[in-house]
Amino acid sequence: MVTRHSYRWLVFLLLLILAVLFIAPILIVLMNSFKGQFSISGEPFRLPTKETFVGLLNYRNGIEKIDFVSAFAYSLFITVASVSVIILFTSMAAWYIVRRKSFFTKFFYLTLVFSMIVPFQMVMFTMSKIANVLNLENPVGIVLIYLGFGAGLSVFIFSGFVRSLPYALEEAASIDGCNPWQMFFKIIFPMMKPTAVTVAILNAMWIWNDYLLPYLVIGSKYKTIPVAIQYLQGGYGSRDMGALMAMLVLAVLPIIVFYAFAQKFIVKGVIAGAVKG
Amino acid sequence: MKDQLKRWGAVFILPTLIAFAISFLVPFVMGIYLSFTDFTTVTNATFVGADNYIKAFTDNSDFLNALWFTVKFTVVSVISINVIAFLLAYLLTGKIKGTNAFRTVFFMPNLIGGIVLGYIWQLIINGILGSFGLDITVDASYGFWGLVVLMNWQMVGYMMIIYIAALQNVPPEMHEVAAIDGANRRQSLRHVILPLVMPAITICTFLTLTNAFKVFDQNYALTGGAPGKETSMLALDIFRTFYGSIGREGVGQAKAVIFFLIVALIALLQMKLSSRFEKDE
Repeated sequence: MVTRHSYRWLVFLLLLILAVLFIAPILIVLMNSFKGQFSISGEPFRLPTKETFVGLLNYRNGIEKIDFVSAFAYSLFITVASVSVIILFTSMAAWYIVRRKSFFTKFFYLTLVFSMIVPFQMVMFTMSKIANVLNLENPVGIVLIYLGFGAGLSVFIFSGFVRSLPYALEEAASIDGCNPWQMFFKIIFPMMKPTAVTVAILNAMWIWNDYLLPYLVIGSKYKTIPVAIQYLQGGYGSRDMGALMAMLVLAVLPIIVFYAFAQKFIVKGVIAGAVKG
Repeated sequence: MKDQLKRWGAVFILPTLIAFAISFLVPFVMGIYLSFTDFTTVTNATFVGADNYIKAFTDNSDFLNALWFTVKFTVVSVISINVIAFLLAYLLTGKIKGTNAFRTVFFMPNLIGGIVLGYIWQLIINGILGSFGLDITVDASYGFWGLVVLMNWQMVGYMMIIYIAALQNVPPEMHEVAAIDGANRRQSLRHVILPLVMPAITICTFLTLTNAFKVFDQNYALTGGAPGKETSMLALDIFRTFYGSIGREGVGQAKAVIFFLIVALIALLQMKLSSRFEKDE
């Protein structure tokens, strides 16, 4: 029994070391965000000293340089608006596709599933040209594009749920005089809540972190957080390591806060998204 | 009911259909067509046959280098991520203190976006190499292993969660039966547990495979392809062909079609394999 006991301690110790290694990169960035910009690159593992500590200077510089407040607002607006639109419209489409079963809906469903395996590079050039022609190059227009790109996975997950619903329920409602609109919003949609949470989390994680799509479509005028950070890095003149560190911290912070509050849902959602097959 | 549904079709399906057509369907079809043409602005395309496809390989060796780099990176990442994730899951499903806290920590990096991840690791890797007077752009192998470490840091927790779910589905009696039959820890892992979590291994393998193959953000931020274009993966090479050079949009589009075909092939393989598992059950 002694060996079993010490085995457990050994495993615990190993996991503890790994956990420290997992958190370390973020803590190192946090630490460097308080150091002067010329004391970072050469010595990132050294704690700030009296000479190198600059307080919140990097944060002030960074926020000003990339207009972080606007970037945050754009990211938040685009993510929230896109996720809401995706939830509403793809759940409607999924229900319709499953119940209607016409040649057209079957075909539409197949193309949606197909779109999930197509890499973004395949359509990025032509899509951004179309977005330009249709005047979608603004934070509202991009929501429509996210609906299109999010539709594949979202319809797939929602329709999986609809298929598990007993049809008798809808028959009964239809005999009671429900039209499809009432049927969907009064009966089906409320039952979809857990699935909607999954779809929301998967899409939110993707859209919040997305770089290439917002860069190509609205990047020159409206910079989301990832686009703004890349811009800070690739911008003119010498790169300000201090500002970069501070902005990385500000980019990670909302994610950690969100994770702390919604961990259970996030993990569940991610598993559901993985098993999409 | 069916007839009523038909009449309401437009309301339910049109918003998604229009958005899907604008952002995916039309660009996809146009993309295939344009890969056979010479163009700069979509409207001025002239048909050139398979010219772009030939140029993708013959103009310079960028595309083949990127393909080779991507394949190497994918193979190494898929193996390392899945081995580490499975071991973590195995250890965490034993009776260890603080299991939930460990899971939380290991999964967290998965939520951070690729660009941010790239810069976080650039700092760390350059910090380590810096003490030898080097940095990540000195040699392609630094960028390669940097990307592998980054990818592991990002994906291990995610795969671990899937493996944990699969391991928890293994009925506890199985361990007892194996123990009674005289199996030791390793034997029971090898002959009892592994076969039962095989579907999860398939899912995780393909998930890491497609994710690693399609990496862009992390590659772009960590090395940007440096030194030269030696650490460019396929997605980055395609991006640079489109936007980093003049008049090569057609070649970029042809590269993108090839990229798509490879990814589609992987997906097809996955479907075949997973359906075989379902038949077995």
